[in-house]
Amino acid sequence: MSTQTSGLAIETAGLVKTFGETRAVDGVDLAVPAGTVYGVLGPNGAGKTTTVKMLATLLRPDGGEAHVFGHDVVREADEVRGRVSLTGQYASVDEDLTGTENLVLLGRLLGHAKRAARLRSEQLLEAFGLSEAAGKQVKHYSGGMRRRIDIAASILNTPDLLFLDEPTTGLDPRSRNQVWDIVRAVVAQGTTVLLTTQYLDEADQLASRIAVIDRGKVIAEGTKGELKASVGAGSVHLRLRDAAQRPQAEEILRLALDAEVQREPDPVALTARVGGGSANGQGAAEAAARALAELARVGVVVDNFSLGQPSLDEVFLALTGHDTKAHDSRHVEKKDEAAA
Amino acid sequence: MSTATSTDSKELAPVSAESLAALLITKERPPRPSALSASLTFGWRAILKIKHVPEQLFDVTAFPIMMVLMYTYLFGGALAGSPKEYIQFLLPGILVMSVVMITMYTGVSVNTDIEKGVFDRFRSLPIWRPSTMVGYLLGDALRYAIASVVMLTVGMVLGYRPDGGVVGVVAGVALLIVFSFAFSWIWTMFGLMLRTEKSVMGVSMMVIFPLTFLSNVFVDPSTMPGWLQAFVNNSPITHLASAVRELMAGEWPTAEIAWSLGWSALFVLVFGPITMRLYNRK
Repeated sequence: MSTQTSGLAIETAGLVKTFGETRAVDGVDLAVPAGTVYGVLGPNGAGKTTTVKMLATLLRPDGGEAHVFGHDVVREADEVRGRVSLTGQYASVDEDLTGTENLVLLGRLLGHAKRAARLRSEQLLEAFGLSEAAGKQVKHYSGGMRRRIDIAASILNTPDLLFLDEPTTGLDPRSRNQVWDIVRAVVAQGTTVLLTTQYLDEADQLASRIAVIDRGKVIAEGTKGELKASVGAGSVHLRLRDAAQRPQAEEILRLALDAEVQREPDPVALTARVGGGSANGQGAAEAAARALAELARVGVVVDNFSLGQPSLDEVFLALTGHDTKAHDSRHVEKKDEAAA
Repeated sequence: MSTATSTDSKELAPVSAESLAALLITKERPPRPSALSASLTFGWRAILKIKHVPEQLFDVTAFPIMMVLMYTYLFGGALAGSPKEYIQFLLPGILVMSVVMITMYTGVSVNTDIEKGVFDRFRSLPIWRPSTMVGYLLGDALRYAIASVVMLTVGMVLGYRPDGGVVGVVAGVALLIVFSFAFSWIWTMFGLMLRTEKSVMGVSMMVIFPLTFLSNVFVDPSTMPGWLQAFVNNSPITHLASAVRELMAGEWPTAEIAWSLGWSALFVLVFGPITMRLYNRK
């Protein structure tokens, strides 16, 4: 009942999980309001899945505290399990069984009588457009179908909190949009969703608040607007016709955008990050337009120009000073050492 | 494989937001299942797996037939004058040995299964924790029953005639299955403890071979050296083999039955909690 008063579905303080030498989760503080989609954004190996596993009572934290609807995930694991559902990074259904068998199995485990479990399974398969594949083993399902059956298995009983661990990784854009629709439908009925993702646009589409996590730590947290403002509106990418004009273009961009300009490995390419509200009071697009006009005036030929939302890489670069790839390879090396 | 691509390329029916919303609106939950109900449901899962992958019954059909034929004809002439006479003594013992050997596959299947995503879901359910493991063992009990029927049939064809009749045979098999169920907790422990399937196999062999061969399954222990007799006469497999042999011969070996059940209880009490500890920590 304390949940109703605090209004938080998840509350963690200084959550830590270590695997040997690696601190997979290194002091994570989260406060997830009930009834919303909360995005946890980060690259591979940032500690997202480990965090979710601790919250879903699958891993015991090595330090700190975590409460789900006011229940301690270690001491009151059973109460927590009664209110959450988990959709893991890899399909959390039995691949050897058929779609129907999987749902009936879980329905029975959730306490439904045989007939009720069967009925609910049929309705869910129908709603998820899986009726035709109901009698097929899940191992023969496509990626999109697996995701659907997986989410269906998570809402056999409408959970108060649903963990979606990278629900669209490896899906084609259409299947991804369909998963997004499902998530929206689930949230519309009052379920809280904790969504982990590697994609900024996914968090952008679904989440109301986002925590950016890197190397086991939350490095930024806030609403989408706050987060974007902290990172900048996006980046201007330029491709010049003549590499010899790059130094000149760089100087013009730097002045017009009042931003740092990066030389890309490609000798004709330049990238500049644009602040949300830039120093001279203009919007990002305005500033970029002015820069383009200036380049045209002095005779720098621009072949290609784009103003994009910050990508995850850019968010990371802005927040941490290192990009996701460099981080990844370091992490893998560390893992290898631990294994050896 | 072809089914996957064909269903993929075909239009996947759209998700119906309205019916989904209608399903989600029901917030009440049924009461949690009892420990027994949850265990039986996991047992049902094991049976469904056999249904979908019937090849996995190979070890409870071909292997036991091979064991009966091999040992009856290999030792029969030398140990009892003829295979036909030997099988009267051997069959209950070889039945015990084969079924106890088959139990080690439990560890392998736990080990391969635990890495899969579905285990995360099971472990996040509000159910009686050991039911997942008990479910495995219930499914395996069915496999042991199949192996027993197969071996008894082959034995009868070769000339085995149990004096205990149907009642004696059923009682013997029942005792064997109870023991195997209890004994399997060793394998669930190893299945969770060891990292790879291969190491589970290796350790299982190390345990199972001496334990089953150093028993009274093949020969009367009185011909063995004293130190070996000390081991053999106290081995749970010897007690079990004696109990099953005598039950099938129409007797009621109270002491041997008590020993077999006592060992069973010990296995569950020791390895059950260790298994669950590992399961919760995995």
